[in-house]
Amino acid sequence: MEQPNLNYINELSGNDESFKQKMIAIVKSELPQEIENYRSLLESQNFKATAEMVHKLKHKISVLGLEKSYYIAEQFEDNLKQSSIVLQNEFEEILNSMQNFVDDL
Amino acid sequence: MKCIIIDDEAMARAIIAQRISNFPEMEVLEEFSNAMHAIKYLNQNSVDVIFLDIHMPDFTGFDFIQTIKNPPKVILVTSDKNFAIEAFEYECIVDYLVKPISEERFEKAVQKLKSAKVPSKTITSKEETPSDTVNEFYVNIDRRLIKIEFNTVTVVEAKGDYILIKTDNKNYTVHSTLKKIEDKLPTDLFLKVHRSFIINTKKIIDIEDNSVLIAKDVIPVSRANRPELMKRLNLL
Repeated sequence: MEQPNLNYINELSGNDESFKQKMIAIVKSELPQEIENYRSLLESQNFKATAEMVHKLKHKISVLGLEKSYYIAEQFEDNLKQSSIVLQNEFEEILNSMQNFVDDL
Repeated sequence: MKCIIIDDEAMARAIIAQRISNFPEMEVLEEFSNAMHAIKYLNQNSVDVIFLDIHMPDFTGFDFIQTIKNPPKVILVTSDKNFAIEAFEYECIVDYLVKPISEERFEKAVQKLKSAKVPSKTITSKEETPSDTVNEFYVNIDRRLIKIEFNTVTVVEAKGDYILIKTDNKNYTVHSTLKKIEDKLPTDLFLKVHRSFIINTKKIIDIEDNSVLIAKDVIPVSRANRPELMKRLNLL
């Protein structure tokens, strides 16, 4: 399974270390909230709103360099729009991998 | 250029602001996580550019554009590639960036901003885009955006909810209206000669009383539109 990385954030930050730390702080703060929102929306079977949350999480997935995972998320978002939870496990593995990576930053 | 950023995601706002910081001529005045707050701000302040997320809770970017009276230049920012065609419907939208925004792509958007004219409700897009600067337009067919050069188009015909665009090599059926395409076509080349037909005047082969021959098509000319057509001709 591909691993998250900071390549995009490093490119964006250039030599600006304070901006890099700001970005990391934002991701550390926003990601758990978004994952929690995702879980609670899915639990309430509000598939449309869950799809919107997956849509939002896609940006974090791509910013953390998870190119293949992005396509799984995209497919899962489409499935949710059709009230299907196919790919839920795969998507949640991606979330776990991101959360573990961010926790270690 | 005075800019504001509207996106409900803090990370997205930070990324856009960082990209903007590479351009000394641009300045971020405010950032908004909520479109309603941005509307209030715009009622009292003028800006040159809005970086606008499409997907926001309760209020999409398109809703936002329709709500404000005189939208400035807008650059849409989204994770969704599927809205590109809808973006073409709005005169104020200068570019469409897909997240995560790369440095190179952002630079192109800034170039477009610099060359784009200030949108105005009193000026139609056809007056703003002379044929010597914009040479083509795009149509959405089966979720693909297909480029069509203006100078290859011979005739555009209204067909109910669709239009048929005839070019030198190929015909395209597109879900749109004659009015919408008329606004995209350069007025020095194209003329509406009938309620159902727009023609490329450079492609005319001959003219009879109530019709013109273009390629192999005989196109009717309505009485009301005939004087304008005759004015365009370089008569001996």
